[in-house]
Amino acid sequence: MNGSQAVAVRRWSPLSLAAAGSLIALLVVLAFGPAYLGSYLTDRLTTLFIYVILAAMWNALAGYGGLVSVGQQAFFGLGAYVAIRLSYAGVEVYLALLLAPLVVALFAFPLASFALRLRGGEFAIGMWVLAELAHLLVNLDGLVQGETGISLIALSAFAPGARRSYDYWLAFGTMALFVGIGFWLLRSRTGAAIQAIRDNEEAAASVGVRVFATKRLIFVLAAAGCAAAGSLTLSTLVTFQPKTYFSVQWTAYMLFMTLVGGLGTFEGPIIGAVLFFLVETIFGGSGVWYLIGLGASALLFSLFVPRGIWGTLSDRFGIQLMPVGYRLR
Amino acid sequence: MMFADQILQGILLGAYYALIACGLSFLFGVMRIINLAHGSIAVLSAYLVWSIAQQFGISPFLGLLAAVPIMAAAGYLLQRTIFERSLRSGPLTPLLSTFGLAVILDNSMFQRFGADTRSLAPAIGDLSFAGWSGPGGIEVGQLAVLTLVVAVALLGALQLFLSYTPLGRAIRACAEDPETAELVGIDARNVYAAATAIALVTVAIAGTFLAMRSTFDPYAGPKQLIFAFEAVVIGGTGSLWGTLIGGIVLGVAQNLGSQISPQGFLIGGHVVFLLALAARFVLAGRDWRGFLPARKRAPA
Repeated sequence: MNGSQAVAVRRWSPLSLAAAGSLIALLVVLAFGPAYLGSYLTDRLTTLFIYVILAAMWNALAGYGGLVSVGQQAFFGLGAYVAIRLSYAGVEVYLALLLAPLVVALFAFPLASFALRLRGGEFAIGMWVLAELAHLLVNLDGLVQGETGISLIALSAFAPGARRSYDYWLAFGTMALFVGIGFWLLRSRTGAAIQAIRDNEEAAASVGVRVFATKRLIFVLAAAGCAAAGSLTLSTLVTFQPKTYFSVQWTAYMLFMTLVGGLGTFEGPIIGAVLFFLVETIFGGSGVWYLIGLGASALLFSLFVPRGIWGTLSDRFGIQLMPVGYRLR
Repeated sequence: MMFADQILQGILLGAYYALIACGLSFLFGVMRIINLAHGSIAVLSAYLVWSIAQQFGISPFLGLLAAVPIMAAAGYLLQRTIFERSLRSGPLTPLLSTFGLAVILDNSMFQRFGADTRSLAPAIGDLSFAGWSGPGGIEVGQLAVLTLVVAVALLGALQLFLSYTPLGRAIRACAEDPETAELVGIDARNVYAAATAIALVTVAIAGTFLAMRSTFDPYAGPKQLIFAFEAVVIGGTGSLWGTLIGGIVLGVAQNLGSQISPQGFLIGGHVVFLLALAARFVLAGRDWRGFLPARKRAPA
């Protein structure tokens, strides 16, 4: 090797080993949540898990794929709608909630061929138009009764206490699954390919990265994740009102969590989701000033702290809790 | 005849879309920026003109005259505070920052003006409902015709401005290549700020027409953004006259859609937008990635 010194490539550091160990311990503790948490905290943590899914999926798309979408509520709403449809078609209700994201992923697969040809702002608003169209078309379905909406009545067969635990475990498992897929993808060849595409698509293609297939993988994953979040939200709220589910508000939340936590970092969106969850819990999640604050934070972070809280810390101190990158020694 | 009437009304509606799309198209052409707060700024200027007209008991047209310098100054500030910094940090940042701005504006307007819908229609008297009757029971609203005239005049004026004035030439030069423009002594920063000011003046005009022709509320912005964007894309990005045609195609599609079902108005518009995008991909002569098997890569 031209006499150059051997460079050791490492993925794990003592810090990341410790962090991964604590994370696994935390997950084990959380897995038994309903046994000791009480009803209020069980409900709140279920919501937190849904936020983590949304933030991680938006980050996969924007932070790693370089695709800013203002229309992910399309998949969120479709996830809930498909669950309703399946349940009313006679599918067992929890099976319907689990199948919905897969159905939406099947729908997102061909859609990627269209959507991924759009660039930058065109993709952003194009996805928004698709979300509006999905909302209008769902409203045409007689079952949904327009904006009146419909309830997932099959859930009433279960006792409230049992449902609370099921929702918790469903949300917990789904979060672990999607964040786990994200972790695994980032460490794999695909992770390097995705980041190469984000940084320079032509250059990535020139070194043999399969640009379209890689972007489609991310697109479909993000769609399935948002659909899972929608289906889980339906499970907790029971009612399906199209307006609530297809609201662009969800994108505002995803944008806030990802930008504040750290766009394009693995840990950032999770931290952003926890922050968003705390802000929502403290300020009651309502009120105009709360929303103005979310918008202002997104604006200020995008302009002045583009790497977010975690990205900035990690750049400054060279720390990475989860070993998704490479270290040279 | 019904059909002809729908198309005619669609054309007139399209003129409004061209009006609201004009600023979006202009900014994209000059700075390659898609301003996601565009619709919210239009609603903001509707509130501004409404407030001025209410406060001083004057006609909305005079109110618009007063709003123009305010919106121009706002445009200058918008470029200096948000766009400039966003453009420096990469292609995605303008989308993130302007989306944040839209959330701030929508909710601030709700905070200030509440959920009630407002309209300038009562302030313009007969103009809001008066019309001319044509053959076969076709009615043409005076306000709709005025919108068309203003849209054509505004687009024409912008075109002339870009072609023949020194500032217009500087804007075109910066749109082509800001670095080279700076080499020949153009201050790109100022040119961009002036362009944003001009864009917001067109938005103020569009906002006033929005308020005169219908009701508006604090959360009406996103819808206006989507209509404006659809008009720009259908007409072909970066072309001002294309924007007029795009607006008209959108308006006609919506009106014909509304004949099919109540939801058809919006669906018709979105479908035409998606078809226009699909047509563009096909015309671009590239294969449909994903649908067709990937071509074998030529050996290097």
